[in-house]
Amino acid sequence: MESASIPARPPRARGEVVREFVSKYGLIAILLILPVAYGIQDLQDDGDLSRLATNIKDGLSNGAIWALIAVGYTLVYGIIELINFAHGDLFMLGSFVAFSMIGTVGLTVSSSFVPLVFGLLLILVVCMVACGTLNTMIERVAYRPLRDAPKLAPLITAVGFSFILQNVGLLWLGGGHRGVPDLIESQDVLFTILGVPITHGDILAVVVTVPLFFFMINFINFSRIGRAMRATAQDPQAARLMGINVDTTISFTFLLGGLMAGAAGLIYALYQTDVWFFSGFTAGLIAFTAAVMGGIGNLKGAILGGLIIGIIQQISDNRIGTEWTPAIVFAYLVLILVFRPQGLIGEQTREAG
Amino acid sequence: MSTLTTRARTFKPPSRIGKVSTSTIIAAAAIFVAAVLPFFYDSGSGFMNDATVALVYVVMALGLNIVVGFAGLLDLGYVAFFAIGAYTMGWLGSGFFNSADIHIGVAEQLQSQPGIHINWLIVMPIAAVGAAALGALLGFPTLRLRGDYIAIVTLAFGEIIGRIAVNSDEGVFGIGDFNLTNGRSGITPVDKIDIPLVDRFTTLNLRPWYWTALALALVVLFINFRLRDSRIGRAWIAIREDEVAAISMGIPTVRVKLLAYAMGAAMGGAAGTFLGSFYNVVNADQFEFSFSIFVLAMIILGGLGSIWGVVVGAIALSFINTRLIPDVLNDVPSRIGLDFDLTQLGFGIFGFLLVIMMVLRPQGLIPEKRHQAELTGGGLDGGEETVVEARA
Repeated sequence: MESASIPARPPRARGEVVREFVSKYGLIAILLILPVAYGIQDLQDDGDLSRLATNIKDGLSNGAIWALIAVGYTLVYGIIELINFAHGDLFMLGSFVAFSMIGTVGLTVSSSFVPLVFGLLLILVVCMVACGTLNTMIERVAYRPLRDAPKLAPLITAVGFSFILQNVGLLWLGGGHRGVPDLIESQDVLFTILGVPITHGDILAVVVTVPLFFFMINFINFSRIGRAMRATAQDPQAARLMGINVDTTISFTFLLGGLMAGAAGLIYALYQTDVWFFSGFTAGLIAFTAAVMGGIGNLKGAILGGLIIGIIQQISDNRIGTEWTPAIVFAYLVLILVFRPQGLIGEQTREAG
Repeated sequence: MSTLTTRARTFKPPSRIGKVSTSTIIAAAAIFVAAVLPFFYDSGSGFMNDATVALVYVVMALGLNIVVGFAGLLDLGYVAFFAIGAYTMGWLGSGFFNSADIHIGVAEQLQSQPGIHINWLIVMPIAAVGAAALGALLGFPTLRLRGDYIAIVTLAFGEIIGRIAVNSDEGVFGIGDFNLTNGRSGITPVDKIDIPLVDRFTTLNLRPWYWTALALALVVLFINFRLRDSRIGRAWIAIREDEVAAISMGIPTVRVKLLAYAMGAAMGGAAGTFLGSFYNVVNADQFEFSFSIFVLAMIILGGLGSIWGVVVGAIALSFINTRLIPDVLNDVPSRIGLDFDLTQLGFGIFGFLLVIMMVLRPQGLIPEKRHQAELTGGGLDGGEETVVEARA
């Protein structure tokens, strides 16, 4: 007899409605502040949006690099709920490998097209394998022994490893910035669409990252080991009972993350034509922000977040000043965590809930 | 009935005198040695300098220990509070704002100089309260979050403060052109600490500095002990051990966590004012992320949550940083045929220390008693692993 009556909705407090609204649209509104404000300013000053569009285009290219790094964060977080602080520095070492390999392979600015492409492909593979192996080794040494320890412990070893890797970089190429030969003439304009110049660097970013993302998403969704990864992420105990080798799966996750970081290292070296031992710290934080923005643990979210952070960063670089960019990105990070800790397309996680 | 009365009559409170525990004796001896130490060294020597800095690091480490060790909230942006303390000293105790003309409680020769000159004894509480307010403000967004996210938000906060310090020589966030921090050149000279009835604080005579730092450290140490055993301290530890259980026991987690942030920040701010005056300069390069890790390494080395452990860890790491690496170990690489400067690698070594400690001895050099009790009482198998109970 109870079932016949329509269950009365509990009256909702006004605060709750506001909170729900803010949680749903707050982040999107915050994200739109910078582009919209500068869009209006551009319309007033120039009469068109080409400057903003160029910012966005540059931002997407940069964002592709952040997205590659963010994938590493999100995969590892998804599977063992650890923020791998050392990941940014792993990327930095990737860019160092790229720097040295360019010298070893003997590519110069005057190399012709075909050797250049094959040389770069070789370097890409070396960077990816080097970073992937290193990441797996770090997991073995620093995280696996602490698998059952309280969560603070692996986090601290991750911070420790971040410093160790930074110092490896410092010993390797010294404390100063090192210029990378501008092999692809990354700032040369290839063609222009709607007043937006497309450069060689943009093409490189797209050509390398899009297949990698495509491969990653399909790999995680359809391959056998990808399924094992998702199962382990959901419930390691149950996965083990189903015959999944959890340790191998976790190692493999670190390998995948490392591969992406290596690829990001090469693109960064070619695109920015500059490597520095400290670049990993900021890159790591930016990429982590990207991963959180998309919803940590969510692969597509990390890619989306990376692209958005790239745009914010580029607008801030171009309009406010490069020196303020990290502060602005971190301010965004804090705002995201306040308004929508689960990210743009993430689910409620235990951590963020 | 009769037995009860006899018992009641024969009951005597346990006598306190003559039954002092060994640890109390060791602590008293250590404090005595620390107090008379300056008489054995030249008053302007490098050792006095290092010892003074080590004592200030003790204050900072004890502050961070409240947040990380007691309440179990991993704070990677502790350097921000050091920065706030140091800048408060720089702003309120130097000729930096030379259009202002404010003098409170300072010596004769400063009275005539332009700028804001306020006695350190007044600046320090101001900085402590300011840092505490900012600490609570920082804690606010993290309250909804648990775990690793707190680490990241505090890290981001520390970086934002660091960026503001570096770049605010012409406007903040590119707005205006007010010189707030003077960037990497920094604010200098900063007024010397001036305490009535005590010798003048000069760069040549470091003894007053040392004793002031020691007094500060002892006060903070005392506060730490009282806090740990207080209602709030027990609430912090309860939150660290199991937040859900703590909530269901009626602990107001929001207020208690904010208090942890505020207390830790206040100590960082107080220490910052001292170092600002001691170094005679407040510049942006002092406030890098690596410093947060340096302080974190101290409390990990000593033992999370263990007050004496943290003191030992802070003194040990401070001397490793100022003495062992630059003086003793520096020519090791060249002796074995490698060509690099070991001082560059200071933070790599601390990173290595963090990893080694976490993997091999997560409870630290002097583990917290509560953890020891847990270890001997219950978890016999793999109990080692559960020692660091701070739930990040």
